[in-house]
Amino acid sequence: MDADSLLLSLELASGSGQGLSPDRRASLLTSLMLVKRDYRFDRVLFWGRILGLVADYYIAQGLSDDQLAPRKTLYSLNCTEWSLLPPATEEMVTQTAVVNGRFMGDPSHEYEHMELQKVNEGEKVFDEELVVQIKEESRLVSIIDQIDKAVAIIPRGALFKTPFGVTSVNRTFEGLTLSEIRKLSSYFHFREAIDLKNKTLLEKANLDPSLDFMDSLEYDIPKGSWSIQMERGNTLVVLRSLLWPGLTFYHAPRTKNYGYIYVGTGEKNLDLPFML
Amino acid sequence: MGEPPPNPDPSTQSPKTSQNSDRRSREASQPLITILEDVLRRPPQQSSQGAPLPDIPWTQRASLTEDDNLAEEGPEGGIEYQPRSPSYPAGFSLEFPPSQQFFLDESGMMQQYLEGQGLFLQQLESTYQDPGTNLMGQFSMYQREDQLFGQATQHGPYLRDDPALLLGPSDLGFMPFMGEVPDPEPRELAVQNAKAYLLQTSVNCNLSLYEHLVNLLTKILNQRPENPLSILESLNRTMQWEWFHPKLDTLWDDPEMQPTYEMAEKQKALFSRGGRREGEQEMEEEVTDSPVPNMMETAFYFEQAGVGLSSDESFRIFLALRQLVEQQPIHTCRFWGKILGLSRSYLVAEVEFREGEEEEVEEMMEGEVLEAHGEEEGEEEGEEDEEKVVDPVPKPQWKPPPVIPKEDSRTGANKYLYFVCNEPGRPWTRLPHVTPVQIVQARKIKKFFTGYLDTPVISYPPFPGTEANYLRAQIARISAATHISPLGFYQFGEEEGDEEEEGGAGRDSFEENPDFEGIPVLELVDSMANWVHHMQHILPQGRCTWVNPLQKTEEEEELGEEEEKADEGLEEVEQEVGPPLLTPLSEDAEIMHLSPWTTHLSCSLSPQYSVAVVRSNLWPGAYAYAIGKKFENLYIGWGHKYSPENFNPPLPALIQQEYTSGPEIMEMSDPTVEEEQALKAAQEQALAAAEEEEEDEEEEDEEDVED
Repeated sequence: MDADSLLLSLELASGSGQGLSPDRRASLLTSLMLVKRDYRFDRVLFWGRILGLVADYYIAQGLSDDQLAPRKTLYSLNCTEWSLLPPATEEMVTQTAVVNGRFMGDPSHEYEHMELQKVNEGEKVFDEELVVQIKEESRLVSIIDQIDKAVAIIPRGALFKTPFGVTSVNRTFEGLTLSEIRKLSSYFHFREAIDLKNKTLLEKANLDPSLDFMDSLEYDIPKGSWSIQMERGNTLVVLRSLLWPGLTFYHAPRTKNYGYIYVGTGEKNLDLPFML
Repeated sequence: MGEPPPNPDPSTQSPKTSQNSDRRSREASQPLITILEDVLRRPPQQSSQGAPLPDIPWTQRASLTEDDNLAEEGPEGGIEYQPRSPSYPAGFSLEFPPSQQFFLDESGMMQQYLEGQGLFLQQLESTYQDPGTNLMGQFSMYQREDQLFGQATQHGPYLRDDPALLLGPSDLGFMPFMGEVPDPEPRELAVQNAKAYLLQTSVNCNLSLYEHLVNLLTKILNQRPENPLSILESLNRTMQWEWFHPKLDTLWDDPEMQPTYEMAEKQKALFSRGGRREGEQEMEEEVTDSPVPNMMETAFYFEQAGVGLSSDESFRIFLALRQLVEQQPIHTCRFWGKILGLSRSYLVAEVEFREGEEEEVEEMMEGEVLEAHGEEEGEEEGEEDEEKVVDPVPKPQWKPPPVIPKEDSRTGANKYLYFVCNEPGRPWTRLPHVTPVQIVQARKIKKFFTGYLDTPVISYPPFPGTEANYLRAQIARISAATHISPLGFYQFGEEEGDEEEEGGAGRDSFEENPDFEGIPVLELVDSMANWVHHMQHILPQGRCTWVNPLQKTEEEEELGEEEEKADEGLEEVEQEVGPPLLTPLSEDAEIMHLSPWTTHLSCSLSPQYSVAVVRSNLWPGAYAYAIGKKFENLYIGWGHKYSPENFNPPLPALIQQEYTSGPEIMEMSDPTVEEEQALKAAQEQALAAAEEEEEDEEEEDEEDVED
């Protein structure tokens, strides 16, 4: 959610039950403004909160002018001091995929993981157990990256692309209409398009290249991994991800208010196919 | 200049050639926008001209005609401008031809052309203005073309150049073919091209940029805002919006907003004070005796903890609870929490009925269940009778495991009644009591709630009930696991039954401790021993108090002694024991070496005013807060337990043995003919041998007798 409209956004996203206490809200408002100034971001998003066993991580992301450029992620334990996280690499993701369970809440905590490695000693080949230390910070980075790639969404029309390739915020976006909000095709993943090239020509003919340049939610796997609901007496549409429980996207139709927030344990719901 | 327009009277053109050329040149050298501006400044003069067209405001006029003929606005716009801009007849006629030729496809257009032409013929004569004489010299070489175009008075009528019309050249009014068609001047051509480009309508809508700019500038000129440049963009946006979203009629409702308005109406009903009771006495009663909880206070404390719904939502829930209290005979009421679902969510209220009120409803429900049961049994007996007549089919040995009786109301897992609704304003639905088998099955499955209570729960192992039962079972599990209170808030009552009764089930009643003084917040946060469970733990059996499933009632003992003997030898069920009531949280089992509870202060910056918050790691979404003498529990979540391992559904059971093997159902081959004969021969021999023996015995007897 945009740090500029933080209070309203938190209010609208409160249907999932998790929000922020007043002291955190106050500290976020001031600290995010300073972050914006220090890092020269164009927009700062409050990404959400990852619940750990001992403490929680508060995550923020900063965007530059090009909205689809890789975002910078910052974390904080107390909403006042923010530290920049390194960008996620493939190696980091695979390395931390072996760690399961909750986050501890301590960024310097290290998970131990036993790995078997083949060691050559002369003619013998045998397995040796290695203990690999994985830092919680890298796990945090990879989880945030996975969540972003999988379930960060924006409504159609909120961003537009100029012929030069720059993606910018659409200032004339007035919100989705009531007939569009219940369709998954009105929402896009907030990332570079992956599936778009694979569409058939028939489908591509109906797309508007300035608005439809991201993947829509229609073809997400598994099907049915989004729950769409109306709240607040039909004036707010809320999408909740069932794959990463804790991600809430809200949008007030016919207005410019939209945003998403993740408040959860940072674990993927692998039981989803059984639960649907 | 393009294609030559018809010019029936070349002779009369010469005196006006110079003016035409001037007009033309002036017009050509000006940018298109200024043309428009000049054109648009005509409105004040409209009335003086005695407008040929009906007296409609300028913008509507423009939009109306432009509405009608999508692709042909240009020429029509040309027509309209001409009555109002008599000094530019030639200029516009210059642009006329290409568009005209381009767009003229309908007979309707022709009619209007004729009318227009006739009309502006009158106009132009009366209001002809003499422009300056600039640049006359430059265009001297184009005099021939001036003659061609001449004055607008001599143009037209413009008829379609359609071979189907079979118009002779004289009808068309064209000049006889004069060899070359004069080339248009580059500037004019550029202008014409520009206008044609602007008149293009896009594929998606019927609006062209030309029209839009006309509308925009008209609006600006009509309204004359203070600083038009700075608000140009917002004006642009609103015009586009209005074009596609026409303002609603006072008679029509917006169809899209209908459900929203309905919900708003329902919620408005919540806000009205119930009934017509007014008067001080009743006010006082309501203030003191109402069982409706103080939702706002709870919501405030939970907000400090960072949990809970927004404050207006909480207030609406408070009103909905008040509505529930008015409708049902409720003794105590509490907001239990919110369970999220796929299409809708559930708001759950935990209530206790007043004494005696609830039994009537219970009996009704049980009566229905029994009737259904009785019908089934009757059917079974009928079938059995039929079978006995035909052939004794061996009966299967499998008996369903004994049904564990459900707990009574107000005890154990059924201590409270639960009402659910989807949104404040919608009616509350009562959830049925939970049976032990439902809890046992609910532990084995993991399904999302859809939001509709009568959805069947399709799972393996099959869940006995609909979503309402599954919801109730999950609520029971969550309550039993996560309802906690500070140590000392509740204490056991003074009248205690013997502990050894009921197999050591323990005490199950408690009451508030009037001497409770509150535990300091810091201590609450530090140690889990300061919190206790105040809901009974649910045993693996599915109940809170253990019941031996093999205890036979009197009816069953009559069934047959044989069966009993068989059973007693096989099964000895151990009594299930769970932690007694009011055990501290420090005794809770760990999840993979992780504590099942997380505590923290609500605000680390002001610890003296903070609230102690406890969050469950086993049931994500369960929260409790405590400060001083107040505490409360809340659940907002999906309704599932956290398990570090993936969910593994149980495998299907082995195929059952239907009948025990025995000689009655064993297949054996029938004896062959030889075997039968051999058997017969053997039997005859045996008979014969037996007869001989008898005869021998008789003879011996007789001999004995004789002797």
